[in-house]
Amino acid sequence: MLRYLASRIFQGFLVLFALYTITFFLVKAMPGDPFTGEKNIPEDVKRNMREQSGLNDPLFVQYLNYPKEVLLKGSFNYSIKKRRPVVEIIAQAFPASFVLGISALIFAVMLAIPIGVISALRKNSWVDYSGMAIAMVGICVPSFVIGPLLQIGIATRVPILKIAGWDSPIDIVLPAITLGLATAAYLARLTRGGMLEILSQDYIRTARAKGLSTGRIMIVHALRGGLIPSVAFIGPAFATLISGSFIVESIFQVPGMGQHFVNAIVDRDEFLVLGLALFYGFLVVIMNLVADLLVGFLNPRVRIAELDG
Amino acid sequence: MSRVKLNHITDDDLVEGTSLGRDAWLRLRKNRVAMISLWLLTAVVILCFVVAWFCTDPNVINLTNKFASPSAEHWLGTDQLGRDLFSRILYGGQISMLVGFVATAVTLLIGISYGAVSGYMGGRPDSLLMRIVDTLYAIPFLVLVIILKVVIAGLVTDLAGWTVENFGWNKEFVFRFANIIPLFITIGALGWLTLARITRAQILSIKNQEFVEAARSLGLSDRRILFRHIVPNTVGTAIVYATLTIPSFILYEASLSYLGMGVEAPNSSWGILIKEGANFLETQPSLLIIPGLFFSVTLFSLNFLGDGLRDALDPKASKD
Repeated sequence: MLRYLASRIFQGFLVLFALYTITFFLVKAMPGDPFTGEKNIPEDVKRNMREQSGLNDPLFVQYLNYPKEVLLKGSFNYSIKKRRPVVEIIAQAFPASFVLGISALIFAVMLAIPIGVISALRKNSWVDYSGMAIAMVGICVPSFVIGPLLQIGIATRVPILKIAGWDSPIDIVLPAITLGLATAAYLARLTRGGMLEILSQDYIRTARAKGLSTGRIMIVHALRGGLIPSVAFIGPAFATLISGSFIVESIFQVPGMGQHFVNAIVDRDEFLVLGLALFYGFLVVIMNLVADLLVGFLNPRVRIAELDG
Repeated sequence: MSRVKLNHITDDDLVEGTSLGRDAWLRLRKNRVAMISLWLLTAVVILCFVVAWFCTDPNVINLTNKFASPSAEHWLGTDQLGRDLFSRILYGGQISMLVGFVATAVTLLIGISYGAVSGYMGGRPDSLLMRIVDTLYAIPFLVLVIILKVVIAGLVTDLAGWTVENFGWNKEFVFRFANIIPLFITIGALGWLTLARITRAQILSIKNQEFVEAARSLGLSDRRILFRHIVPNTVGTAIVYATLTIPSFILYEASLSYLGMGVEAPNSSWGILIKEGANFLETQPSLLIIPGLFFSVTLFSLNFLGDGLRDALDPKASKD
């Protein structure tokens, strides 16, 4: 187990380093630099600022310097545009994204797992068809259509819900629904598929033959196996939810990380882009690991195969 | 060879064999949702690529006729600058669908070649190539798409300027294309991972079959065996998977455009129409709802058609 964990963590480091390499050279290949847009700053001041940020060093030196700073000093450098440490910017913006992502995930799970399980139990009935049709709507109607529709349809009618903003806890409701809907849709389809496969297994028939109630068969025997595809999906999806909600954050004016990312790229704010990309990558790697461990817990056969391999 | 007389079997008794494609088509035809999707999709494609040519120019601005209601002249009314909404939707649809289809084609090209080479070589090169795919999988997609798009857009714009200067090509025309090509490349360049995995798995199961052995004994080169004899057997599955990636790529383009990182004026796409519509939500909800409807119906049909195709081509399905 420990060896498996160690090798996975090592792999995670490799992934992050690959991500850093790709992002670094892409950022360098972007036309312009952080000071191109600043018309008010005289040329020689710009030159000094470039010098101070280390942007005049040879490319390869810059490439090696950043990981050195990160690993040895734990410093992710400064945002060139905002003149603040990258860590501080992320620490300030992450909580909002995190809360929004968690709420969206809870909403998605609460909605999708029951729909998926019931659809599988009543396969090819009207319950199944309508459940899956709703799931398809969730996949096909993008968040930037659902979000505004919720704003006009619900926020303008229900007095306690605001159209946009992030002041009181109730403000989480609409963005969380908007963000969680697509995840819920995929999750419902996966749950249905997983449950259908498990329900056709022999051991479920045996349980039925013993005269167990449907509820008990579901909870004790079927869910554990049937939820494997969903759990494998939730891990990476969670990372996307807490990080990738650029659009939902901009619709509902949530002060999260999405705005920083888009602005940082537009501004060519190199260190901020690198810091954010690495932070996202870190979340994805961690969540993938957690999901894999959970799947191993749910399905002993996977666990053994991985430990041997 | 002497003729064998089959005196007790007449022509009427022989059951004609059916090809895989015909079987699949028959199965698909029975799937009502998939057929409706196919018709809807055909309708949207005809609207966007044929009917659009007969519509008014989507970029003609008429500020005296803002937010007009539907009329004989403007079937779906006009937008905040008095432009005809119907023709804007059709022209926007061209771009959205082009991005979906072309990026998928790029994906197919890279994914199949990569997966095929990896699976066919086997051994250490294979595990190296697959490790690269694993690594790329863990990288957040939208993050890279945005950065890569900015980079490629810079290069393509330079190239476009160069062609205009040196060949005297029509500037407006060139820059219109230069604006969407980066999207094709970016989305295609990062979307091939799953396809490479699927193709590799198939190659592994095919490459030890007798017909490959036969091809090898004829002295054919590895490249010819791989791309002429093995790969054609995997294309069916790849295409089914591709049908399901088209809607997700259309969605990516719309998300990018929504963030202001996608196509730019004078081009437009459904993502841009929806974004602009969202600004006038309270006064003119139709500007959001109508493009949103076109967008969602197209995605809906592509998804259901892809599902139907997968079921129809599933080798496990019985031959009934």
